[in-house]
Amino acid sequence: MIDTLRLTAEEAAGLLERGEVSGDELAGAYLGAIEERDAELHAYLHVVGERGAGVPIAYKDVITTKGIPTTAGSRILEGYTPVFDSTVASRCKEARLPVIGKTNLDEFAMGSSTENSAYGPSRNPWDPERVPGGSSGGSAAAVAGGLAPWALGTDTGGSVKQPASLCGVVGLRPTYGTVSRYGIVAFASSLDQVGPITKTVRDNARLYAIVAGKDPCDSTTVELPEPVALPEGEDLTGVRVGVPREMNEAEGIAPGVSESVEAAIRLAEELGADVEETSLPRSVEYGLACYYLVAPAEASSNLARYDGVRYGHRAEGDGDLTALYARTRWEGFGAEPKRRILLGTYALSAGYYEAYYGQAQKVRTVIAQEHAAAFERFDVLVSPTSPTVAFRIGEKAEDPLAMYLSDLLTIPANMAGLPGLSIPCGLSDGLPVGLQLIGPQFSENTLFRVGHALERALDFDYVPERLR
Amino acid sequence: MSANGWEPVVGLEIHVQLKTRTKMFCRCENVWGEEPNTRTCPVCLAHPGTLPVPNRTAVEWTLKLGVALGCEIAPRALFHRKNYFYPDLPKGYQISQYDVPLASEGRFVVPGPDGDREIGIVRAHLEEDAAKTVHVGGTAGRIHGAEHSLVDFNRGGTPLVEIVTQPDIRSGEEARRFLQLLRQTVVELGISDAEMEKGSLRCDANVSVRKAGEGGFRTKTELKNMNSFKFVADGIAAEVERQVGVYESGGEVVQQTLHFDPARGTIAPLRSKEEAHDYRYFPEPDLVPVEPSAEQVAAARESVGELPGARIRRLEQELDFDLAYGLVTSGRDELFARVPGDRRAVANVLMNQLAAAGTDPAAVNGEELGKLIAARERIPRQAFLDALAASGNGDFRADRYLAEETVSDAAALDPVIDRILAANAEQVEAYRGGKAGLLGFFVGQVMKETQGKADARAVNERLREKLGN
Amino acid sequence: MAITREDVLHVAGLARLEIPEGEMDAVREQLGAILEAVGKVAELDLADVEPTSHPLDLVNSWAEDEPRPSLSQKDALLNAPDPSDGSFRVPAVGG
Repeated sequence: MIDTLRLTAEEAAGLLERGEVSGDELAGAYLGAIEERDAELHAYLHVVGERGAGVPIAYKDVITTKGIPTTAGSRILEGYTPVFDSTVASRCKEARLPVIGKTNLDEFAMGSSTENSAYGPSRNPWDPERVPGGSSGGSAAAVAGGLAPWALGTDTGGSVKQPASLCGVVGLRPTYGTVSRYGIVAFASSLDQVGPITKTVRDNARLYAIVAGKDPCDSTTVELPEPVALPEGEDLTGVRVGVPREMNEAEGIAPGVSESVEAAIRLAEELGADVEETSLPRSVEYGLACYYLVAPAEASSNLARYDGVRYGHRAEGDGDLTALYARTRWEGFGAEPKRRILLGTYALSAGYYEAYYGQAQKVRTVIAQEHAAAFERFDVLVSPTSPTVAFRIGEKAEDPLAMYLSDLLTIPANMAGLPGLSIPCGLSDGLPVGLQLIGPQFSENTLFRVGHALERALDFDYVPERLR
Repeated sequence: MSANGWEPVVGLEIHVQLKTRTKMFCRCENVWGEEPNTRTCPVCLAHPGTLPVPNRTAVEWTLKLGVALGCEIAPRALFHRKNYFYPDLPKGYQISQYDVPLASEGRFVVPGPDGDREIGIVRAHLEEDAAKTVHVGGTAGRIHGAEHSLVDFNRGGTPLVEIVTQPDIRSGEEARRFLQLLRQTVVELGISDAEMEKGSLRCDANVSVRKAGEGGFRTKTELKNMNSFKFVADGIAAEVERQVGVYESGGEVVQQTLHFDPARGTIAPLRSKEEAHDYRYFPEPDLVPVEPSAEQVAAARESVGELPGARIRRLEQELDFDLAYGLVTSGRDELFARVPGDRRAVANVLMNQLAAAGTDPAAVNGEELGKLIAARERIPRQAFLDALAASGNGDFRADRYLAEETVSDAAALDPVIDRILAANAEQVEAYRGGKAGLLGFFVGQVMKETQGKADARAVNERLREKLGN
Repeated sequence: MAITREDVLHVAGLARLEIPEGEMDAVREQLGAILEAVGKVAELDLADVEPTSHPLDLVNSWAEDEPRPSLSQKDALLNAPDPSDGSFRVPAVGG
């Protein structure tokens, strides 16, 4: 009997290698779990159920898969069947990972709860009344709920790190440019990155090693400067850990979250790390505003291709082309994409560009400089991943600005193109708390090493209490 | 300078399609005339998640053109997104260049009969072409019966260089010369076939006029759809005349986009929806900056030879301006240099009979052609023309044609002439009655009868004599 | 930041979004609130700061000019809402 709630991808690979289970049996176990629990969790938009030799994988539904519907959680792509594979899907295919299915998300990856999905929200395996986070909420819920051994999500403002945090699993947002965006339905091109969501840090490193590296189809990618190293050991001697004051004392951080994070930081010290307080004053204060100009501006342009000409939804009726476009797009997009398209169009429009988009690009420079200065003194920076644990479905759905605050702590590093790893570090009111580790560009191996050491020392049980 | 002291002020905006093997941002073949939508891929159809990857050759060819236009090459150039909706623009934005193009601040010398004119080049930038939209009328019996358009993305994404000149051009004729020289330059660089009829070379003009000596510029209009060199010249001339007329009758020129109708020679406002353009340019986040290497710039410089304008000036020293201009802009000056003999005679044959024969100048053996031209007065006209038509064949030798003799002997010509005059008694009477132009008719008949071997001068003499002059 | 009804209509026109009259006020209010929040970036004096449009310091990423296979016409039109004569049909342009 395969316990999909507990089995790590590494263990699953071991079972396959030793011939203890077949690929069919393994994939079948996950399909069984989906049958059992996905009606409640709604982690999947589309179950494929491929059988194959490797460890099965789930993809957030912005990851293009040839012959398998890809909707981005939007009505405007309902019925769209791609004629090509994204580079990450190709690489997973080459690694012989069969596809379990496509997971739910906030429409076009815009949101922090999956409530913006046109196909209904996903639910948190720790408490189905609560959100799994977002936008990669379906992927995080699938891994935490034992419906996938591992999954890929995408992270623009925190969409891998935050749901990983809320679901008690491990999520990596890699250094910008290390994982190909080819075939990833674009939200904000200068921020989007694919990242693995897994039960353990070692699983995460394994999946990152499969998908990372330069891609000739994405001219913004680079070769990794060093191969991915699977982390071993618990020793953190000599690791310099910075604790940015603003990211740990920000208004809105729940006391239970602070307690868990502080305990994890003390543990790091016990493992030999040199811990010291530091400051990123403008990154936190201006990061959110900067992000909500840059990302919508790029999104307003990236979402212009959904016009009902070549694929996707087209409104009924003939007549004037301009009116047809406007009707198609108003019907096809949900409230959040429309809000961001309007905001981004405004920020780029004549007369406002300098004050909004232009200024935000300069703030981005300031954020990058602040982080660069911090990394002269530290190897990693730590903070909570999310200011709160999973919130109730519907709690913030009517208040976009309150929802945007979910990404307050993940956005600054993203603006600077830096990698971040979220690992579970404890429970608050029975719900998982995530610890965010941020490093300089291309420091994934350091993040894996520190994350792995803390993970072992923390001994967090990633199986949701109610499912044990 | 126009009448009454009005000076035309013209700037051109030119688009050149590059003939790279593949498109600008994907590796679909860049070809003509295929079945619709058979040269497309997820990238040029703008499927979700696809990304542009620039064509290195297109970048390097733009550098070449930049050098030929005397431009500065940017040490670091950016691609921008130009956002607007149109069915021929699949992404909802065109990837173009905005404030830092690959080439800028150039000058291009345009020789004219009265000396050189230097036309400033604002910029030459690289972008992608739109797809092709075919308008189809409503079909009777269809439920909606509505008119519609069909979009074919085969052409969508072809590399396109946009060249913008300073408003330095002073007449339609000068604009035509600028464009012809630019075309010749582009063809010689081997980067485009630059055919206006095919749309691989396109030209719009910004036109205004001002009083001689007046500083600044008056309101300009944009003239579109001039798809031949002649239409460029005629269109601009017509618009200049129209604007002068407006001012002289006390009116004001209104800024608008105009369409030149070459059949009627008239100008009309282009029907277009009133929409304020706001392209929301911003740096294309899917692409990284281009920093041409020293090697790339050096290679571009090396590939640019003596420019057409300079060659015209050189040739003009032995020919007149028109012949020199014609030879260079038709691409015949290279052959001209290879053909020995009287310069003017060679130039005339190249521009007239050889051009009419449709012979490819590059394939011609210059030495053999020289022999032929030297003998052109002596050998039969038809033999000469036949020889020109054959002169592009690899094994062409002039000797075979030089052996042919013209018939100038009266004893041989007279019987033929007599026969023709007898058979055309009416025409003979008319000629004698004063219709002197009929002489050509008789000459033609004789030539026909002798299969072009008769000596034209001898035939003329004999005819005049027999017809009683 | 007060955003007027005209501003919203202008931006919606540029973005090709047809806002139903009944939703206009709600859209305007939300947009206004968000603009006020993001307008915070104006507090910083960044006259001497270079803008960042890309997080990586990369240049000259391009491909060689070598053709790769295109899609078949069938695949190109596979997802088209209104294919016709091997092309994508749309209501008349500029009509």
